[in-house]
Amino acid sequence: MTVQATPVAGAGLAAVATDTAPPRRRRTARPGLAAAAGFLLLAALAVLWPGLLAGDPLAADPLNVLRPPDAAHWFGTDHLGRDVFDRVVHGARHSLTIGVAATLIAVGAGVLLGLLAGMAHRLAGEALTRSFDALSAFPLLLLALLFIAITGPGTGSLIIAIGVATMPHHARVVRAQTLLVRRAGYVEQAVSFGTSRTRLVLRHVLPNVLGPVPVLAVIGLGEAILAAAGLSFLGLGPQPPAPEWGAMLAENRSYLRIAWWGAILPGVAVTLTVISLTVLGRHLQQRFEGRHG
Amino acid sequence: MTVVRAVARRLATAAVVLWAAATAAYLALLLAPGDTVDSIIGDGPDTPQIRAQVIAEWGLDRPDVVQYLDYLARAARGDLGRSYLLQRPVSDLIGEHLPATVTLAAAAAVTGVVLALAVALLTAGRRPLLRRAASTTELVLVSTPGFLIGIVLLNVFSFRLGWFPVSGGQDFSALVLPALTLALPVAGVLTQVLRDGLERALDEPFVVTARSRGIRERAVLARHALRHALLPAITLVGWLSGILLGGAVITEQVFGRPGLGQVTLQAVTAKDMPVVLAVVLLSAAVYVAVSTLADLAYLLVDPRLRRS
Repeated sequence: MTVQATPVAGAGLAAVATDTAPPRRRRTARPGLAAAAGFLLLAALAVLWPGLLAGDPLAADPLNVLRPPDAAHWFGTDHLGRDVFDRVVHGARHSLTIGVAATLIAVGAGVLLGLLAGMAHRLAGEALTRSFDALSAFPLLLLALLFIAITGPGTGSLIIAIGVATMPHHARVVRAQTLLVRRAGYVEQAVSFGTSRTRLVLRHVLPNVLGPVPVLAVIGLGEAILAAAGLSFLGLGPQPPAPEWGAMLAENRSYLRIAWWGAILPGVAVTLTVISLTVLGRHLQQRFEGRHG
Repeated sequence: MTVVRAVARRLATAAVVLWAAATAAYLALLLAPGDTVDSIIGDGPDTPQIRAQVIAEWGLDRPDVVQYLDYLARAARGDLGRSYLLQRPVSDLIGEHLPATVTLAAAAAVTGVVLALAVALLTAGRRPLLRRAASTTELVLVSTPGFLIGIVLLNVFSFRLGWFPVSGGQDFSALVLPALTLALPVAGVLTQVLRDGLERALDEPFVVTARSRGIRERAVLARHALRHALLPAITLVGWLSGILLGGAVITEQVFGRPGLGQVTLQAVTAKDMPVVLAVVLLSAAVYVAVSTLADLAYLLVDPRLRRS
């Protein structure tokens, strides 16, 4: 009996506590969250104003080739004597811009198509939903490869390829949410008041559908950045000498045995960015679920 | 009766998704800029006569709808067309390179699942310090691009320690690092899902019952909680097949392993569309087949799902 008595007593206490005092938000120190936010701010700065943090990413110095990290070159130098730290900082603009642009496309198209699939008549809605299913049957990387085969390598096709490949996920979530909202009392009331269809969708459905979208977008951004780095590593993204993180890693791979820094540190930049986004995304998700659950 | 209907529904859905995937891939090909004849000729001699010959030989003068139906009919029979670049049947090309990639993917899948099971069972429940260390490691693994994992493993185990060959080779020692590269991110995701499932199951009344019967904690975990934790993990097998196939492209590139990934990458850069389409369709077919099997397994395991 003691096994059961403890949780029952605990539940009773918790109930009393919530009755007397309003539920307070837990205010614990979050070193992980703070570090993630700090890193993302730095990354944003590197995208917007890389010159503030680092020097010229293309300046070659033939006398200082493949130097290990030291006080003058924090991340060492590559086979042309270019400073790896400068290149990593400037690389943020390429790598993160591709990720952000692809995510914007995925979220924009996903919300639009998901809303359409949720509001359309049965047959049209079903057809749209099945086409999302068909698109998500392709692995992200292979679907992106198909698009790049058609449009050719480069920053633009990378953005479109990753955007299209990650869109179905957003569309499915928005459609499910739309089907829920459609049945809500306030939507029925708006219909019975004779609200026009456009106004119904824009004023009543859309705002209530968007709830989970920001969390999805933050998590999706991490995924998009990983995919972009992978495709650039394969040589399908920005072409050299552009300092894209994945491309830098591929370029410096041949010198891995004598100069690990050139290949590994740009990869670490990708990892730190994606970890920061995941930590932020999970935090947002917890807050969101706390509000709705 | 309900089971038969539910199974039939799943199979029909799978067929529709596959057809839609094939159509989407073909549409992409139609919308592509550039001329198919140019792609087939490549750098070879280009005269009006040769062009006419190519058009006649590949049936490019037929209406798009006819070509599309022909493509579907052939694909259904396993005929995936001929490579523009190598002038060989695509199915031969894929058949040649598939075994290496399947070996890599299977080794990675087994390693990933075993690692995930071991870590989840060890850290679920009541070991806060161990659990924290494991979940941090998982976060890092899930957020690290596959090529970085590969290059770090290569740097440590091949260059510094010399335990494994650097690249090439088809024997077992050449498989270890690529399989591990592919398996670690998979293990990271699976461990999170499994541990969540285990911890949820440990709060259920049947676990209290099992404990009150005096069953050891280890047996409670492995025999009672694990079964419930495995259910949500089963839904991930479709995702797993996609990750393994996509990851194989990058892993094969990092380790210089021959395989389907190398073929795909070569076809993408050379705009060899029949090969690209075939690989993409193959990956979709694997995804659909694996997810359908998982759905059917679910139907067998959980009777509640047969009704809807």
